[in-house]
Amino acid sequence: MRLEFTDEELSFREEVRRFLRERLDPNISEKVLNGYELGRGDYLAWQRSLHERGWGGIGWPVEFGGPGWNSVQQYIFEEESALAGAPRLIPFGVKMVAPVLMTFGSAAQQQRFLPKISAGEDWWCQGYSEPGAGSDLASLKTRAVLDGDCYVVNGQKTWNTMGQYADWIFCLVRTDPLAKQQSGITFLLIDMKSPGITVRPITLLDGGHEVNEVWFENVRVPVENRIGDENRGWTYAKFLLGHERTNIAGVGIAKRELARLKRIAARERAHGRPLLEDPLFAAQIAQVEIELWALEITNLRVLSAERRSPAAGPEASILKIRGTEIQQSISELMMRAVGPYALPFRPEAIEAGWQFDPTHEPAGPRYASTLAAAYFNQRKLSIFGGSNEIQKNIISKLIIGL
Amino acid sequence: MNFEFSDEQRQLHDVVERYLGEQYGFDRYQSIKRSEAGWDASVWRALADLGVLAITVPAAQGGLGFGPVETLAMMGDCGRSLLLEPLLGSAVIATAALRKFAGETAAAELLTALATGEKIAVLAHHESDARFENRRVSTTARRIGANYRLDGHKGVVLHAAAADVLLVSARTSGEADDADGVSMFLVPRSAPGLVLDAYPIVDGRRAADVYLKGVEVPAASRVGSEGHALGAIEAALDIGLAALCADAVGVMQALLDATVDYVRQRQQFGQPIGRFQALQHRIADMLVHLEQARSMSYLAALRCTDENVDERRRALSAAKVVIGQSGRFIGQQAVQLHGGIGMTDELKVSHWFKRLTADQLMFGDSDTHLQRYAALTRGR
Repeated sequence: MRLEFTDEELSFREEVRRFLRERLDPNISEKVLNGYELGRGDYLAWQRSLHERGWGGIGWPVEFGGPGWNSVQQYIFEEESALAGAPRLIPFGVKMVAPVLMTFGSAAQQQRFLPKISAGEDWWCQGYSEPGAGSDLASLKTRAVLDGDCYVVNGQKTWNTMGQYADWIFCLVRTDPLAKQQSGITFLLIDMKSPGITVRPITLLDGGHEVNEVWFENVRVPVENRIGDENRGWTYAKFLLGHERTNIAGVGIAKRELARLKRIAARERAHGRPLLEDPLFAAQIAQVEIELWALEITNLRVLSAERRSPAAGPEASILKIRGTEIQQSISELMMRAVGPYALPFRPEAIEAGWQFDPTHEPAGPRYASTLAAAYFNQRKLSIFGGSNEIQKNIISKLIIGL
Repeated sequence: MNFEFSDEQRQLHDVVERYLGEQYGFDRYQSIKRSEAGWDASVWRALADLGVLAITVPAAQGGLGFGPVETLAMMGDCGRSLLLEPLLGSAVIATAALRKFAGETAAAELLTALATGEKIAVLAHHESDARFENRRVSTTARRIGANYRLDGHKGVVLHAAAADVLLVSARTSGEADDADGVSMFLVPRSAPGLVLDAYPIVDGRRAADVYLKGVEVPAASRVGSEGHALGAIEAALDIGLAALCADAVGVMQALLDATVDYVRQRQQFGQPIGRFQALQHRIADMLVHLEQARSMSYLAALRCTDENVDERRRALSAAKVVIGQSGRFIGQQAVQLHGGIGMTDELKVSHWFKRLTADQLMFGDSDTHLQRYAALTRGR
């Protein structure tokens, strides 16, 4: 029993660090480390840097152009990237639709889509949730009817993350309304430029535009864009959701944000002393840091077990619950750290280039301006990717057997 | 990075699990707990015969020379079986305290006697006014001719009455709270002037307040150099803390298992109560807590002998915080989900709950360790 990475894993980590030092644009990492928004260009530029290094297909095997890393290497890469302030991987292409293509797609589909995902040429988004189909995803109603060599799609998807940037959407659609819920679903790849698609922004509680509604009105989708067989889409969808769960704990991100919390608490003052030295606040930081440590070791235990028998098991639900709770705690502490200066709400402050109004004294420290919005935004973590209540259902059914 | 036990460690675990499974059922535990002594010499002999008492004794003293991971491998079963015998106190903590001084005759001889089970030793360190502070030692040891004379009061010394020898810390110089000036003495329990106020603690294990009233011991019973024992004592307590964490995780696993079995069979409203989502989610929460606690018990075992004292303490404090909080949650929820029957003395659940409660109150509670952790991480 040992906690430390092996020598090979350590030298891999060094390789990742060197790459990050050399290739990560400081203008981008500055934004990430301080909690400012990134744009489409930031994400795609980073994806292209990864691609040039041969790392465009994180988690992909070599035969599809991936680096062929094991789960420990992938964990190291994601942790180091997060700590260095690299943009998070937009999962919809690389981590979600790509494994579906590799496992269930035709050779033609693989050749058509995978290289552009790796190269950062195509931006993908997810068409799963609907207004009436959230946790109960299989109740989805978006209809697709075969008409010649096209499906005609009608319906509405929602909570579509960054769909405003997307070139493609992967969609679950109902092709057999009479079959049992799970049996009438088909998995389609749809060009976002298709006539009949409308993307409407949803403004979230933090004022941000992160998610959308996507409406389909007689959208024609060539049959060749269907994954696998008609009415077998649920199988592919479940497979995809399994892949969404790799590196679900977000240990690296939480470490990065905890460091930011400590930087802020060191600069804020309470009773004339740094807030970091306030016994009550220090205890709350210590509490979340300890919880993160326990999560990190739990995550390493899962990875270590995966080395023997691959495939993310239901243990990922434990990581999801704890990881999201910890990230939420950190964001809440950050907001509370700045006291009353968490209150001024200027949505424009979330953008990195924002300057204070030069005719006025700045209202509170610069770093305070994003913290309440971030706290609001982070509430999503326990809702998306299978709400934490769904995760508890999974634990109680698949691990405990109730 | 590897969280597997070696074959040897697994064998050790299997030996302990099999013995306790066969010989230390709930009835046996109950009868031992109700006995006058509160522990059973025949169990102790059996543990000695199995080699369990020798695992961390150095080979030169007739032991197996194993470390904290081997201890981890067997402690979970001791918790699950609610072992009442002084394994933690004697085979783990006192053994660790003596190991540093194995080059000295008195310590070496005692280690050999501990390995064979011929003798039991416990560390009598914390004082009645010290709460959980390791440095707060006001018991004094004054050199008088060829002897030391010990005066003081040690509080809640686990298994003191079962011990043949107490490892007593006492000041040979300095003030309470000084790091220097603490020495360690081997004091026979039968020494004149040594008075025990013995009692059961909340979970049925035994402890005592130990009064030293002019206890005289020969100078040769001092272990280690004069005034420099605190480091060894704290190191031994840290090794003990790691073992306690493993014991507690065994109890948590047992409580989760028992609760899952219970909600499967208990029928209300015409169905097993385990079908109710409110209960399923609570049990999922218990599992999440258990796995965090298990992770930290591994951390504690892997770090408790770290040469870097701050790093060692940081890890152990983090572990004890998680073990304490998880143990509290799992213990309370196990009783809650069992309902009325969980409140009874008849069910093992209440005994496991009390053991976890006692574990929370030993070696520093969660608040103490949270504060210590915060102090150790300031500026990191």
